[in-house]
Amino acid sequence: MNITIILITLVLLAASSYYVGLKKSISIQKSDKLHSAPIYHGSLLAIYSLIVSLLFILIWHLFENYLYPEFSLSRNLIFFLSLLVFLITALSVFLKIEKNFRAREKVENIIEIFLLICSTVAILITIGILLSVIFEATRFFSMVPITDFLFGTHWSPQIPIREDQVGSSGAFGAIPLFTGTFLIAFIAMIIAGPIGLMSAIYMSEYATKKTRDIIKPLTEILAGIPTVVYGFFAVIVVAPFIRSSGEYFGLNIASESALAAGLVMGIMIIPFVSSISDDVINAVPQNLKDGSLGVGATKSETILKVIIPAALPGIIGGLLLAISRAIGETMIVVMAAGMSANLTANPLEAVTTVTVQILVLLVGDQEFDSPKTLAAFALGLVLFFMTLILNYVALNIVRKYREQYE
Amino acid sequence: MNNLKSRLAKEKRFKAYGIISIITALTLLTILFVSIFSQGYTAFQETRIQLPVYFDQEILDPNKTSDWDNIKKANFNGLVKQSLRNLFPEVSGRSNKRKLYKIVSSSAEYQIRNIVNNDLSIIGSKQNIWVLADDDVDMLIKGNINRNLPENERRIDDQELMWIEYLESENLIKKVFNKTLFTSGDSSESEQSGILVALLGSFYALLITLALSFPIGIATAVYLEEFAPKDNKFVDFIEVNINNLAAVPSIIFGLLGLAIFLNFFEMPRSAPLVGGMVLSLMTLPRIIIPARAALKSVPPSIREGALGLGASNVQAVFNHVLPIATPGMLTGTIIGMAQALGESAPLLIIGMVAFIVDVPQGFTDPATALPVQIYLWADTPERGFVERTAAVIMVLLIFLILMNSLAIYLRKKFEKNIT
Amino acid sequence: MFDNEELIKETKSQALNSETVGDIHVDDPRIIAKNINVFYGDKPAINNASIDIGKNEVLAMIGPSGCGKSTFLRCLNRMNDTIDTCRVEGELFLDNENILDKKTDVVSLRAKVGMVFQKPNPFPKSIYDNVAYGPKIHGMAKNKIELDEIVFKSLDKAGLFEEVKDRLDAPGTSISGGQQQRLCIARTIAVSPEVILMDEPCSALDPIATAKIEELIYDLKKNFTIVIVTHAMQQAARVSQRTAYFHLGNLVEVGPTSKIFTTPQHKLTESYITGRFG
Ligand SMILES: Nc1ncnc2c1ncn2[C@@H]1O[C@H](COP(=O)(O)OP(=O)(O)OP(=O)(O)O)[C@@H](O)[C@H]1O
Ligand SMILES: [Mg+2]
Repeated sequence: MNITIILITLVLLAASSYYVGLKKSISIQKSDKLHSAPIYHGSLLAIYSLIVSLLFILIWHLFENYLYPEFSLSRNLIFFLSLLVFLITALSVFLKIEKNFRAREKVENIIEIFLLICSTVAILITIGILLSVIFEATRFFSMVPITDFLFGTHWSPQIPIREDQVGSSGAFGAIPLFTGTFLIAFIAMIIAGPIGLMSAIYMSEYATKKTRDIIKPLTEILAGIPTVVYGFFAVIVVAPFIRSSGEYFGLNIASESALAAGLVMGIMIIPFVSSISDDVINAVPQNLKDGSLGVGATKSETILKVIIPAALPGIIGGLLLAISRAIGETMIVVMAAGMSANLTANPLEAVTTVTVQILVLLVGDQEFDSPKTLAAFALGLVLFFMTLILNYVALNIVRKYREQYE
Repeated sequence: MNNLKSRLAKEKRFKAYGIISIITALTLLTILFVSIFSQGYTAFQETRIQLPVYFDQEILDPNKTSDWDNIKKANFNGLVKQSLRNLFPEVSGRSNKRKLYKIVSSSAEYQIRNIVNNDLSIIGSKQNIWVLADDDVDMLIKGNINRNLPENERRIDDQELMWIEYLESENLIKKVFNKTLFTSGDSSESEQSGILVALLGSFYALLITLALSFPIGIATAVYLEEFAPKDNKFVDFIEVNINNLAAVPSIIFGLLGLAIFLNFFEMPRSAPLVGGMVLSLMTLPRIIIPARAALKSVPPSIREGALGLGASNVQAVFNHVLPIATPGMLTGTIIGMAQALGESAPLLIIGMVAFIVDVPQGFTDPATALPVQIYLWADTPERGFVERTAAVIMVLLIFLILMNSLAIYLRKKFEKNIT
Repeated sequence: MFDNEELIKETKSQALNSETVGDIHVDDPRIIAKNINVFYGDKPAINNASIDIGKNEVLAMIGPSGCGKSTFLRCLNRMNDTIDTCRVEGELFLDNENILDKKTDVVSLRAKVGMVFQKPNPFPKSIYDNVAYGPKIHGMAKNKIELDEIVFKSLDKAGLFEEVKDRLDAPGTSISGGQQQRLCIARTIAVSPEVILMDEPCSALDPIATAKIEELIYDLKKNFTIVIVTHAMQQAARVSQRTAYFHLGNLVEVGPTSKIFTTPQHKLTESYITGRFG
């Protein structure tokens, strides 16, 4: 017996029990005043019986699979039992239907519980992330000491098959990855910080409503472009441009460079920075601005000496969020920054990042008993906590700031 | 006040910085669009060459069986070569002939084969068939290979160029709408590759994402905004979780998918089902947060009005608050879905990154997704794939712009609703 | 708002007639407003208002809520420029210069015509920096000693110096509402304006703080021209020499304060004064 057939039968049964409940309560309604409208009686009958019988199937399934496999019953029997459970519940609810039966309250309780369960999914996801990352990362750290990972300066995850194989030593020092990640994020913020902030200032303090109405949607478009598109842009436009301008100045720049990736990532983050700054600046109360203008300050003086100091916490929070974005970004760097783990601060060289290495280690063959594959999860763990801390701090700063002006 | 002049100059300068910033951002946006469009628009056409094909009974069906099972084993490739030799009878020598055969795509024989399959009565007749040209020829016709370069710097040599120029002068070569791009899967030959697998993969994955994240997301938002007890530790914890999940890098969700969905629950690799599930985890907070904002902006008077009439809390929410907030909540959902459509990193990790020729028939068949296809093709140096990559980007951007316009329209409607 | 139908009708008919009752001119004018019209988008907010404001006088502007007092006041230092939809027509002379002229530099104008707002709005900086802000941006002090002098004098004139002299580094937002408002007044007089505009400066304050501000206005009158918007008629009577009554965007009546409050000429003014609407 197929599980879909069981489900369909149960749903059909639920529909008919809805009808039965409706009929009975309507007939009571003819002589008496009902506490709850008839549809609630019908719905309660249907929903309640359905939930109980589904729970029965679920519990039986867990029981049979994980606890007592010897109790395994045939599918048909379970099907039959679940129908029985449905009918018994339905009957017991049916008998309770009378004029004072508070069906509405019960239905509403079920709805609220359902909503509550849905909201816990967010917690489950976090737990899921933690479990999957921590579990595999622990296995990795049992093979590679955590200090080697965090403080080692040599990254070469290919495990040598032969003794004399070149280029693969199985070294897992992640420092070059961290420096690469921060180098690119730094370049990105140098681009996005000033441009994003100044655009936001111009848009909220100088631009006319007409200009705003045109430019805002355009920056929203910029924000909605998938990062893989930026990656392609980096490959076909920005990297060749950087290389040829490098040649012009007599520099030899690799086609994959931290500069290309950082520049393009900066472009990607501009709308993010400007929209957060815009919110933050708009939250500064008008009467502060009036106060400054009222003593004869120019607009720019007002912005630099009153608005920005007042908005500073919010702006910092926004920039932190942007940094966390840059650190977690994958596609641009994988396409434009390269795979070679150079420990360098030179933006013209190729570097690699945490996200790129996660991808490189996991795309292709995976062996969940080799440190090569598990290293990806250790990197994931670091990435998760890095962004978690940044986000948490940033969100708190921004929230405190908002509350101050509410 | 003597320094007024310099202060006003400063003001002007400051304002100029603002304008420069905006112009910079817009210029970058323009460069991005122009470069993609100029690379990609040619991909919407493909080049075809007219071959005079003689459906020779001797080659196709020497025993006159008229049975497809027999005919399908025939040497269709030979038929194509024969036709090319008919077109250029003067070509001699093995290497020259081999060069000649390469001006049409290797898919030409399958095209001929299909024609015969559709109509067996064609055998014995002579027909002019437009077959797909090779990608190098395609590039030359589209002007992506410069004919004036010295011979050793272009991928088409003088001999081939002569043939093509002959075809051009006889009107035997033409550009038509590129149907292949939309009707086939990946291929190692750029002229035969298409995005159907990626399109369907994205479509299936997004269906799953929507089916999972929309109901759960809206339910969460409704609970947190309308029913959750205030100042409750557990509720606060849920909120903190949602806010943080919204900023977790997408690649982390891929790790979760790999460890839990693939390894623990042993779901199929490369399947849109798992892709959709992973994307829905990522999309969930992006639906919840705007949905809560939409609920919050419904004026409390509406709720109070309903409660004042004796409606229960649930009735007030479902009958009065939700209908008003719906366009606002949909706006957030559509934007969340648009982001999911453009997301690639987690899909790469759960294996939706493969060379897949066969069109997926359902949620568990291996597939790729549009952004992943971009990543895959962007890696290929051939000009034909560069062009196609830009074309996929254009297709993807069209979807995104449509979705965002719908979202903007709904937002306008919502703003009207609540004022 | 209105007591009876009769009055409503009268109001409507008189609103159309925008002649101002009383003498709008003074002998020694500092500001001359001629035919001022203000619109928010298409909606008119001030109708053809003309009035002189004399040197060293305190002019009170009264009228029911929404009649355009703030709007008119904000014309006087072009504060309405900050509202996108707002359009001002007419002529406004300060020292023979039409300040509504596009060419007028609003920055130096606002240094000459300072403004104190309804809600105290100290910057989130120290008390000292709040007051020093204006002098600094206008470059009024050559060095720290001069700046100190300006700050202390202004605080003193605003009657705040004694109360805050040993916590000048405390944030401007940390003192009481009344003190904050006096801080804002100090901030305004620190740039030595010629005219001070005050929009309901006491509406957020308790009676004691209000009394202090009123005293202050009385003192400031010697050096500055003051225009004050107020809802408290007692206050208008106490601090001002002349009073202007606005109604639905019309400047209905202008006259010496004593006269307005004892023998108003216009029906609307009388109804307002006697508390029939407001
Ligand atoms: N920013 C604005 N946009 C549109 N209309 C406005 C704006 N500010 C004021 N108004 C309108 O202009 C008219 C005059 O407003 P104003 O603020 O000058 O009144 P007021 O006399 O100061 O009232 P109150 O005593 O309540 O402060 C009112 O009808 C008001 O609704
Ligand atoms: Mg006012």
